[in-house]
Amino acid sequence: MAKVTGAARYTDDLVIAGAWYGKTIRSTVARGTIREITFDPGFDWSHVVVVTAADIPGDNVVHLIRDDQPALAARAIRHQGEPILLIAAPDRATLQAAERHVRVAYEPDPEPPVLTLDAATETYTTIEIAKGDVASAKADVVVERTFRVGLQEQLYIEPQGAIAYPGKDGGVTVIGSLQCPYYVHRALKRALKLIDQQVVVIQAETGGGFGGKEEYPSIVAIHAALLARKAGRPVRLIYDRHEDLAATTKRHPGVIRHRTGVKRDGTLIFQDITIVLDGGGYCTLTPVVLSRAAIHATGPYACPNVRIRARAVATNTPPNGAFRGFGAPQSLFAAELMVEHVAERLGVPSLDLRRQWMLRLGDTTATGQKLTESVSADVVLDAALKAAPAVRPSDRPTVRRGRGLSLVFHGSGFTGSGEKKLGGTVAVEALPDGTFRILTASTEIGQGTKTIFCQLAADALGVPIDRVTLAPQDTSLVPDSGPTVASRTAMIVGGLVQQAAAELKGRRVGKVEKSYIQPDTIHWDDQTYRGDAYPVYAWAATIADVEVDTVTGEVRVTDLVTAVDCGKALHPVMAEGQIEGGGLQAVGWATIEEIKMQDGRYLNDRLATYIIPTSLDAPRIRTILIENPYSGGPQGAKGIGELPMDGPAPAIIAAIHDATGVWIDEVPATAEKVLTALRNADCGLRNGTVGS
Amino acid sequence: MIVRFTVNGEKAAVEAPGSRRLLDVLREELALTGTKEGCGEGECGACSVLIDGEVVNSCLVAAGQVEGSAVTTVEGLATDGTLSPLQQAFIERGAAQCGICTPGMLLAAHALLAENPRPSEDEVRVGLAGNLCRCTGYTKIFDAVLACRT
Repeated sequence: MAKVTGAARYTDDLVIAGAWYGKTIRSTVARGTIREITFDPGFDWSHVVVVTAADIPGDNVVHLIRDDQPALAARAIRHQGEPILLIAAPDRATLQAAERHVRVAYEPDPEPPVLTLDAATETYTTIEIAKGDVASAKADVVVERTFRVGLQEQLYIEPQGAIAYPGKDGGVTVIGSLQCPYYVHRALKRALKLIDQQVVVIQAETGGGFGGKEEYPSIVAIHAALLARKAGRPVRLIYDRHEDLAATTKRHPGVIRHRTGVKRDGTLIFQDITIVLDGGGYCTLTPVVLSRAAIHATGPYACPNVRIRARAVATNTPPNGAFRGFGAPQSLFAAELMVEHVAERLGVPSLDLRRQWMLRLGDTTATGQKLTESVSADVVLDAALKAAPAVRPSDRPTVRRGRGLSLVFHGSGFTGSGEKKLGGTVAVEALPDGTFRILTASTEIGQGTKTIFCQLAADALGVPIDRVTLAPQDTSLVPDSGPTVASRTAMIVGGLVQQAAAELKGRRVGKVEKSYIQPDTIHWDDQTYRGDAYPVYAWAATIADVEVDTVTGEVRVTDLVTAVDCGKALHPVMAEGQIEGGGLQAVGWATIEEIKMQDGRYLNDRLATYIIPTSLDAPRIRTILIENPYSGGPQGAKGIGELPMDGPAPAIIAAIHDATGVWIDEVPATAEKVLTALRNADCGLRNGTVGS
Repeated sequence: MIVRFTVNGEKAAVEAPGSRRLLDVLREELALTGTKEGCGEGECGACSVLIDGEVVNSCLVAAGQVEGSAVTTVEGLATDGTLSPLQQAFIERGAAQCGICTPGMLLAAHALLAENPRPSEDEVRVGLAGNLCRCTGYTKIFDAVLACRT
């Protein structure tokens, strides 16, 4: 309701009397050291607050996994746009003037910056998954292929932002646009050397996240808090679009190589896969992204012999991070196109090969996980095929039409023992006025958390939904339910809400708290990467129809049909909304969203040059919801948020091949790349090689 | 200078440099924060408002340009607490997810329906082409607008 009347208050909408405006000064080199920071003595600095690394009371790190990223660079610079110092002023004009009077001088590094994944020498993390014995497996036909995936910006329409208030006790309160209040809480404690009670993090209404507001808000919050403490007053640190595009995390680009062995009858013998992802200048969440990429790398197929070698490397480019799908879209893109290439080599329809290979109940995945329930590869495939519109021939001689298909799965919840370690907590309380209140740190970022949680609690309590409310996402009020990521909110946290509400049913007072306890049927070994990688998987089949303009190389996705098994669609309209929105984001990644770099700096760092799909570009999107329930999910629900990002890209590339006969083994398949491939094909050259 | 115009039917007089962005005047002088800033360069449409019935990006309009005009923001769409049919349809059909593009999208849709009360889906697509949404894939937004054809 508040969102359609303009009453919803996002971070920048909050009016705070006496608040100053903050700004981050960032590096303009990709690699080097800071030689000197000079403040023009001709400028009146008396009305400006300046914060450098020397002002950080705690550890100069953005606490996450490896703690390698400084909140403010003290000396070494590892990427363009790295935060160096902060300024705040009472008004924007003074702030802008002050910014112009700061000079940062750099000492170039003796080594040149590492700007591409291929040139990288430093490794953040490696993962190996082995099943059976790839080395001695005998196949009749072996197909090899290399795939490339590009950077992508989340492009939430509300840029990053936070407002910090200094507290009387030396503590700080931060209100911001964010997905994970307790990530920010922990990061603030570490950098500002504060204890739990001194830090309060509150989520304002948040204008989209898609993973982009998983880890980056910790940086914004630390910066705002440092400024507020030094200024002794509230400070607003709201990014403009240019800064957001230039400096914040993107989807990891990568190179994925497949070597697949089959018998002549199509029987899958081995999958030998290497994955290299570019983590950028700091580690951020890269090891976890790599983990999800590796586990999903085979695609939803049963293969007796699998070897997956995954590596994330460091480059002198802005750090990459969480983005819907979290590594799975990258590796599934390669896996799905590999099915196409093997099918082409064998001369069989790729659909037949998928049916032959697909995971079924009782099969084991690459990590040795036996799938015991809610396996729906065949169901979603049939449903998508049934719903696909009739293929229409093109009515223009220079435009060719084609259709492509993909089949994907996506693990719901944290990988491996993540949920167990996290132990996410929620509470439901009965209030004196006869209503009930849910206490959780899970955030609403447009995906429907608020509605779904109230609905689950109301159902379990046996009361109308209007008697249930959600407490604000404020760390001084709600327990740590874990981050709002990994398609875990409905399934894991929603499950806890349901359990707590069920226990509270019939009571007029009191509060029930529930923490996640991993079912003892789930076993995972972090060392060997063997076991139950996820509690359960969601499944999707996607059919994409495209038009390829052979004169301009432009690809237009005209229709997108996705059949999804999410266990239970708790709110069908919102579930469809996830599929449609994620689907279009994937269409953008597959076709037009490209980031060009120069000297480690993004060239198209404005919305005029970083293009996302508009209402004119959006295909007709059709969603079929299938409910194959998961016994451990609330009302049978599994995750749904990330899955729609996985399927469209490979389906679109297959559709481009269907239309034109050329393979573009990379995303985005921009007009430029399509045109080059078409020209090469005309010259009798093949794009890429089908080796053996 | 003092700029005089009407906002959502009410008279407003704002002391502002003539070059100040209408977006800032609305948000900071008139406390109408329903109008959002998504890019500040006229690409995303989050700051869309109506000036004399026409959709404009308020980040590209100087305050001086609205002298004597009638400006409508999202706060002016409901009448006496009753939502407009479009606002109602956006809620019912799930056309607002994170909500940050919603005010601009609603205004663009209002202008479209005012000019063409029975648009086709293609006409809706054209009418909303200046307003970016990253959450919905646009499908539910089209549904909501098409449901309000008269």
